[in-house]
Amino acid sequence: MIELRGVTVRYGTTVAVDDITLDLPTGKIYGLLGRNGSGKTSLLSALASYRRPASGVVRVDGADAFENAAVMRNTCFIRDTLDANDSDKVRQLMCFAGWMRPGWDADYAAKLLDLFEINPAKRASALSRGQKSAVGVVLGLASRAPLTILDETYLGMDAVARAAFYRELLDDYLAHPRTIILSTHLIEEVADLFERVIIIDRGRLLLHEETDELRGRGVTVTGAAAAVDTFVAGRTVLGEQSLGGVRAVTLDWRPSAEDVTRGEAAGLTFGPVGIQDLFIHLTSPAQRLEATR
Amino acid sequence: MFDDRSPIYLQIADGIKNDVLSGALKEDEQVMSTNQYAAFYRINPATAAKGFAQLVEEGVLYKKRGIGMFVSPDAREKLRRERRERFFTEVVDPMLAEAGRIGIDVGEIVRHLGGAR
Repeated sequence: MIELRGVTVRYGTTVAVDDITLDLPTGKIYGLLGRNGSGKTSLLSALASYRRPASGVVRVDGADAFENAAVMRNTCFIRDTLDANDSDKVRQLMCFAGWMRPGWDADYAAKLLDLFEINPAKRASALSRGQKSAVGVVLGLASRAPLTILDETYLGMDAVARAAFYRELLDDYLAHPRTIILSTHLIEEVADLFERVIIIDRGRLLLHEETDELRGRGVTVTGAAAAVDTFVAGRTVLGEQSLGGVRAVTLDWRPSAEDVTRGEAAGLTFGPVGIQDLFIHLTSPAQRLEATR
Repeated sequence: MFDDRSPIYLQIADGIKNDVLSGALKEDEQVMSTNQYAAFYRINPATAAKGFAQLVEEGVLYKKRGIGMFVSPDAREKLRRERRERFFTEVVDPMLAEAGRIGIDVGEIVRHLGGAR
């Protein structure tokens, strides 16, 4: 179990992560979602013990993780910088990883470099954004670290490379189950791989839920304004839109079959809300306004 | 393959039930393991496992320890019975409602069905 207890990260007077408490059972794939500046990287830095929280603690299997060699050996945090010197060659980065990571699989790393068409003789400074991300994926997967954290390790990768990344991630996880945390903005293309989703907004935890529970959790009800209003009275409205006498209201609600039958009898139609749409509704400024009203 | 309208585990369960009903999966036949299923459909294995667990709970599949999961001998008959009970409320009644909205009377429907026989 990975436990975060009241974790707060501050930069001067800016609060990047605000009192987050989370229990993350090990052996699962987590998706961390949040808008730009919501605190994803700061949270992951604290989780990986790259940064000591201003307050709060991170425990891995009961032990305080900060400056804990045993925990850090098993923690692999891939950030966009790759934590490499510009003069390092890709081959050297693989070597360093092999020295540091007890679970390093050099053959698998070579196979992945080949798959992503990365020349190991290239210097880190000469890699394109997408190639840099691909090297990050190689380091992250071939480390086979019990806690692997990939912070937006897809930036600049084209659709083919991203598809290869997701395929390798799943296949390697199936063969070597471990805890993997991925932060991403590309929700729709990768959500099927997440067992759980964590959403943060403005430094705070908004939601931590099984991904499958979010499917069909929201619904959009459309119809004559009066009929819609009567039907949705008392429910949590995430968004609404009107045109003439027609109104479409998105709700954080999973209607039962009877609800749908009753609604349809009243001339209403029901539409699904995908995970990405749910995320947009939950974190858009209009919704914040709604919540504070 | 899967959509966002409902939890994937329910969609997995429905897909396998359809295969049992159509005969694509025979009784006592072994089904894919959850890992094979996850790798094939590119989904998280815990989601696949939940779909299979749902089918075991409903008696459509049964487990053989250490070997895998199999189609229950009476699964097809049971599913047919359930679907037949729901056929009139879920298929026929909505059709009659639509017919009513657009002015098709029952006699016309019966004549059409007679022709299809």
